[in-house]
Amino acid sequence: MAEIEWTNSGASTARPAGWRGITADWSSDQRAFKNVSWGKAMMWIFLLSDTFIFGCFLLSYMTARMSTTVPWPNPSEVFALTIAGHHIPLILIAIMTFVLISSSGTMAMAVNFGYRRDRAKTAALMLVTAAFGATFVGMQAFEWTKLISEGVRPWGNPWGAAQFGSSFFMITGFHGTHVTIGVIFLIIIARKVWRGDFDVERRGFFTSRKGNYEIVEITGLYWHFVDLVWVFIFAFFYLW
Amino acid sequence: MVDVHSDVLIGMPPAEVGEVDLYHPRSWWTKYVFSQDAKIIAVQYSVTAMAIGMVALVLSWLMRLQLGFPGVFSFIDANQYLQFITMHGMIMVIYLLTALFLGGFGNYLIPLMVGARDMVFPYANMLSYWIYLLAVLVLVATFFVPGGPTGAGWTLYPPQSVLSGTPGQEAGIVLMLLSLILFIIGFTMGGLNYVVTVLQARTRGMTLMRMPLTVWGIFTATVMALLAFPALFVAAVMMLFDRLLGTSFFMPSLVEMGQQMKYGGGSPLLFQHLFWFFGHPEVYIVALPAFGIVSDLISTHARKNIFGYRMMVWAIVGIGALSFVVWAHHMYVSGMNPKFGFFFATTTLIIAVPTAIKVYNWVLTLWRGDIHLTTPMLFALAFIITFVNGGLTGLFLGNVVVDVPLSDTMFVVAHFHMVMGVAPIMVVFGAIYHWYPKVTGRMLDETLGRIHFWVTFLGAYAVFFPMHYLGLLGMPRRYHDIGETAFIPASAHDLNAFMSVAALVVGAAQLVFVFNLIWSLSRGKEAGGNPWGATTLEWQTPETPPAHGNWGKELPVVYRWAYDYSVPGAIRDFIPQNEPPNRFEPQGAHS
Repeated sequence: MAEIEWTNSGASTARPAGWRGITADWSSDQRAFKNVSWGKAMMWIFLLSDTFIFGCFLLSYMTARMSTTVPWPNPSEVFALTIAGHHIPLILIAIMTFVLISSSGTMAMAVNFGYRRDRAKTAALMLVTAAFGATFVGMQAFEWTKLISEGVRPWGNPWGAAQFGSSFFMITGFHGTHVTIGVIFLIIIARKVWRGDFDVERRGFFTSRKGNYEIVEITGLYWHFVDLVWVFIFAFFYLW
Repeated sequence: MVDVHSDVLIGMPPAEVGEVDLYHPRSWWTKYVFSQDAKIIAVQYSVTAMAIGMVALVLSWLMRLQLGFPGVFSFIDANQYLQFITMHGMIMVIYLLTALFLGGFGNYLIPLMVGARDMVFPYANMLSYWIYLLAVLVLVATFFVPGGPTGAGWTLYPPQSVLSGTPGQEAGIVLMLLSLILFIIGFTMGGLNYVVTVLQARTRGMTLMRMPLTVWGIFTATVMALLAFPALFVAAVMMLFDRLLGTSFFMPSLVEMGQQMKYGGGSPLLFQHLFWFFGHPEVYIVALPAFGIVSDLISTHARKNIFGYRMMVWAIVGIGALSFVVWAHHMYVSGMNPKFGFFFATTTLIIAVPTAIKVYNWVLTLWRGDIHLTTPMLFALAFIITFVNGGLTGLFLGNVVVDVPLSDTMFVVAHFHMVMGVAPIMVVFGAIYHWYPKVTGRMLDETLGRIHFWVTFLGAYAVFFPMHYLGLLGMPRRYHDIGETAFIPASAHDLNAFMSVAALVVGAAQLVFVFNLIWSLSRGKEAGGNPWGATTLEWQTPETPPAHGNWGKELPVVYRWAYDYSVPGAIRDFIPQNEPPNRFEPQGAHS
């Protein structure tokens, strides 16, 4: 992604801090965000746009939930599992959340090792992150299967408002798609890191541009975002 | 404004980023078809948008034929009329204007105007166009599927858009929603490019407050689009599920043909909120690039600096921000809580302030300017008049008590065609006459241009001016056949016939324009690099049309703002942005 040779990192020239610094940066030429590469800026702006997508999904779900006249199924009961004879509410979701939050940890470590140009550790940690992500999606598939076998459909369910199933499949499906795309990207980037593409400045297959280790951080931004979105889905869908 | 002289004293800041790693095409296919050059992508976007726009133009002809001469054209039945309305609106707003302003002008002008070699992600930029083309093809496909395109109106309000009484319920609505989803995905790829290019890839000396207003308009509109299209995306996904999976996001319990449908518990109002959270910013997504471009056209062709540049920039940003908190003024009669009306009427009227600032500044730019009545200038002047016109009727419709009786009448149709139909199209034409010499190296023919202008301008007024009156009479919109109604006098029908003839003439005049575009490609007068004597960077390229990479060996360095026209004491009546300050220039002559 990053195609830039940094001729002047800007770190050497003293710039004012705080609001004055922001004003100075935005009234300067060339770049509004100093020391931010194009790829990173693009990812942040994309994530802002994506925030609006998830925001609209969640607001629509809340509207449906608040305006329905039929009772809303109780998530604690619906998402409970009976393990070894114990009836535990929300246990699967708790594990899923734990797995996804852990994957953010391994991702952060991968970014760190990426900037140290430690190829083996970076690639390994990215693959661990991808494995956590795949586990999350796998558990989500299990959850879907369980609900479907219990009779939950997008157009109705045995316990109450039809919008429960519709919102559930739509929102977790859309989030799961994000996680899946993230897993695929993690594997692709991990392969590039492992092969040493960013050390020999090998050109990308599609873009024919040289990459560098910053792509690990950019992938990380996306991954943390998907994680953060899950926290909101968890809070608004399962805990409400 | 920035004092250019201080730059010389402290010296230009050093380049912060090295040379861009440009993709160099090796074959005809990668050079002209799957091109990663923003200039080629811009032309691809523009040609596609104008081609699909011609389809929408023909649809408007068919609608006008039906309205002007009801019963004469038996091949237009009520269902088709609704389908024409829907497709005309959707194509014009999204697939023509949005794509042309952002994908077309944005791609061509942003890198050239900020002094970049290309967009920052050329590959994503290329994908953006091809996904847009796919969206257009899916849209066109709806004409050929069983049941035809959807007739739900361009707002696609549920529940009717999903019900079997609406034409195109079988496949048309599904393909329409898919096409919108594709458009949004494609646009996002391009939009990220435009925003990052403006923020992070400007040349040395190009501060944000030295950017031409064209770039400001397109930039702000793109940011808005990236935040507004998500709402449409979500609405489209949810409606697609309602239609295909039988969910009830937007569908209340309904009885259709005496049968209780399986829908229940959904909120049609939710769709309206989502749609207009996108739909209102969309108006300004189209208008802001037009504002920016028209500012540059007026300044260049009146040989005078833009009046109140800084205010113009803040007005663009302010309008962009405000436009996110006015959406429910489209919903005064929707049945939402009436208290919302007060809030949204207030915010709507507040938007008039920055908008009025812009209009005053355009007029003050013209005042005592050296006005050259070239074709681009004629279109720019027409824009101001038309925009003021549409803006004033906007004040009527923004107030709840006035809007309620006018809702769903021809007055609304007249209003939005003036403000976001005719006005931005005037700018599109003006911009094409203005920048065609840079794109092709040849001028468009002035005589043909003037014919095109006067027929289009006067014709558009002949169509839409009487429409206000029809609306005040209470003539409803979206009616296939008004029939004999006591409150509509016979003269109104004559007026409708007159408007239809005018619409046919205006449409035909566009053929003159298309002919001019093609003819001038090979026969037009050689333009040279800077035929209008303009200051902005795109006119200072070493080659015309600009070569791949835009700038030859060295990137331009910017020493001044974009509006140094008629500087007292200067040799020429314009000073390009990349011309270093001259010690003989009078102090403080240009701010």
